[in-house]
Amino acid sequence: MVSKDAFIAANRFGLGPLPLELDVIAKNPRGWLKRQITAEQKTPSLLQNLPNVAEIMSTYTRNRQMGNRGQNRGQGNRGGGNRQRGGNTFRQQQGQDYIDSVYSRTLNMIQTPAPFAEHMVKFWSNHFTVSNASRKIVGPIAVAYETDTIRPHIFGNFEDMLIAVAQHPTMLIYLDNHISMGPKSQMATNPRGGDGRARARGLNENLAREILELHTLGVNGGYTQTDVREFAKIITGWSFGGRGGGPEGPNGFRFKRWFHEPGPKTLLGQTYDSGTVNDGLDALKMLARHPSTAKFVATKLVRHFVADEPPASAIKKIEGVFTESTGNLAKVSEALIDLEEAWQSPFDKTKTPYELVLSTYRALDTGKPDKKYLMQTLGELQQTPFKASSPAGWPDVAKEWLNPETLMRRIEWMRALAAKLPRSVKPEELFADTIEAVASKQTKFWVKAAPSAEEAIALILASPEFQRR
Amino acid sequence: MLISRRDLLKTAGSATVLASASPGLVFAAAPTNKRFVTIILRGGMDALTAVAPYADPNYARLRSFLSLGKPGEKNGALDLNGHFGLDPNLSYLEPLYKKGELAILHAATTNYRGRSHFDGQNVLENGTPKPYGTDSGWLNRSLELMTDGERRVGLSVGHAVPLMMRGKTDVQTWAPSALPKAEGDFLDRLMRVYEGDPVFEHALKQAMKSAALSAGVTDGIGKVNARSTSLKIMAEAAGKLLAKTNGPRIAVIESGGWDTHAGQHLLLRNKLKELNIGLEAFQQHLGDTWRETVIVVVSEFGRTVAANGTRGTDHGTGGLGFILGGAVKGGQFIGKWPGIAEQHQFQGRDLAPVNDYRSLFKTVLHEHLGLAEGKIEDAIFPDSRSARMFSGLIRRA
Repeated sequence: MVSKDAFIAANRFGLGPLPLELDVIAKNPRGWLKRQITAEQKTPSLLQNLPNVAEIMSTYTRNRQMGNRGQNRGQGNRGGGNRQRGGNTFRQQQGQDYIDSVYSRTLNMIQTPAPFAEHMVKFWSNHFTVSNASRKIVGPIAVAYETDTIRPHIFGNFEDMLIAVAQHPTMLIYLDNHISMGPKSQMATNPRGGDGRARARGLNENLAREILELHTLGVNGGYTQTDVREFAKIITGWSFGGRGGGPEGPNGFRFKRWFHEPGPKTLLGQTYDSGTVNDGLDALKMLARHPSTAKFVATKLVRHFVADEPPASAIKKIEGVFTESTGNLAKVSEALIDLEEAWQSPFDKTKTPYELVLSTYRALDTGKPDKKYLMQTLGELQQTPFKASSPAGWPDVAKEWLNPETLMRRIEWMRALAAKLPRSVKPEELFADTIEAVASKQTKFWVKAAPSAEEAIALILASPEFQRR
Repeated sequence: MLISRRDLLKTAGSATVLASASPGLVFAAAPTNKRFVTIILRGGMDALTAVAPYADPNYARLRSFLSLGKPGEKNGALDLNGHFGLDPNLSYLEPLYKKGELAILHAATTNYRGRSHFDGQNVLENGTPKPYGTDSGWLNRSLELMTDGERRVGLSVGHAVPLMMRGKTDVQTWAPSALPKAEGDFLDRLMRVYEGDPVFEHALKQAMKSAALSAGVTDGIGKVNARSTSLKIMAEAAGKLLAKTNGPRIAVIESGGWDTHAGQHLLLRNKLKELNIGLEAFQQHLGDTWRETVIVVVSEFGRTVAANGTRGTDHGTGGLGFILGGAVKGGQFIGKWPGIAEQHQFQGRDLAPVNDYRSLFKTVLHEHLGLAEGKIEDAIFPDSRSARMFSGLIRRA
């Protein structure tokens, strides 16, 4: 028998049930979730053939050099002409690559047999947001970033994920760290030193601030403006590619010591003075283990998996597990599943537009959605992946998503989609496969009383039960 | 020539004299005929580019490659008063200032002194002195004093309702869409389904009411590129709705992407152009009601005085407010000006926040919309008595 618990496991923790899947989950909802927690996370086959970061970066660097030469060196028309030709095709290709990569990522989430694991990918990817809303990062690099930094660590260690994120070219570009240099660094004091190219010289605090505010301690986590500056100095030289006199790291990371601010720096009372990449690594490890981080991360997880107003009791439990296990995310994930608070009501959370689209296609079993249509839909519903408007990522509470206009867009989309579905989609089956176990009297009544199959389907999809998790 | 601050304030006709606590105007129970629009620029607009103190001898030195040229030079500032000039991309605003329909509040922010976008925006919108101090917005609390029954006096344009406009009082909403509309009888049936879920039921009722109110007014706007959130589209819809007899009177619009840490020149140029076009569209679509209108443009904070190491600026404190419209006594800078030299900077890096946005908002609520001072202090901007209102900003009809 399908139970409320199966509904919660499938929707709150998963990404919505596939047809007939609720019956399977119902046998052991918590067990079904826990079986998805495996330390080894293979890259899903749909994502294996996407360009990797090295390929993307080499295209990026090549085109950027071609495009910017004229502008930077003031060579006028000749360089400008180059930029035009190289730039336009490059941009089109990048745009197409972006669409292809987001489509593959979304298709994988629609088809996955491990939706709790994918839900975690989505959660952490949002916690460590990169976005091309400002067109700073381009092409398929956001999906490559997620594959490189988030996926391997969803059930690994928070610290490893944090370091992978902070060293990835995508994050370094998105929050400007690759061009940040110490005011007293070799590059800054000798602008034609190093790689011989003149450029603006000095610090950029963007990444340092957001790591403290959004990735680790939280805005009230106990750091000051001075800590932001000092941390920014600690991670000067964290860059990628090219020359720069330092060792290479994973995913093309390179510590460019010519960019690095010399001398001791103090972050949260601790001094870092090795002048190497280890200072930044040590600082990140310290931040990952900081009590404020445990509290901040626990609060976000509980808000996501329990309720918009996260209960203090649940936060405390997750915070405790996070601290005791030094950020072991397998243990933290298990603890989330074990939270009593998460199983009390099936409706405490409202699906984001992306979650709504994923769960709709998972439930419908009508094959792959059309690429262009899917991307248009995500755009209309205001949640195209990797387009969040700020590094804080997408909001995680209903009041940000359930506005009159956003609700009407959801309804309009679901109504239009229902009209397009093949006759093989039967409302009774869809109802049983999705919300029957938790449906209210009036939902049951009006779905049954619908004048046509397509309206019945639209009512199921637009019902509060289907839009909540 | 070196202009002293005293001279400057004189030449700018700046009203530094704060309004004395005058007895409150009659409390307005009926919807006003005045229009008030707030545009929130999210990310922290660089105030010293938008309105540059180009004649300050420290300006070119401190801002180096970010500084605008002198008026008349290539890419030069558009002069306002011999000391300040607009970024050339804000060309619509220059004649407006000269006509007396644009005032500028420089070196302003809320009482928030941190540098988090999210906390800063929260304070700007909730109206209390603290991030997350309350979960309603000050603009919505103002509506409580102006709403008459079912009438929608408030208008939120854009997909999400900004915190500033959230609260007890229902508002009209509008957002562009390219999706086909759902049939009325389907929505009626869906409403019956939603009866058991107050949140969904309320949102759908509001959406249906808003659709009815916008019908025939905003048709076709944003259809071509519904995903575009450009200010021009939003301003067109808002302008047309506000211009309606019995339409909404108080609107909010948000615009993202103002966080310019690197390569600021290009990023900001595009954003300022968008703002310029959007404001111009506003006046056009407001038509005659422009005379009754005050538009306020604000951002959670300003940015550092000096450029950072990557051709951009980091989060700062003192920012900027534009106040425009036919009901504005423009052609002036209001508030104080701290100067930009090192010794005048806030914490040795930011434009000093010597003016308070709440002074501006309170002035508009009191003098333009006629809300009682006591109500403003108690319910709309609690604990803001230190932020005194400005006099001489609103035209007396």
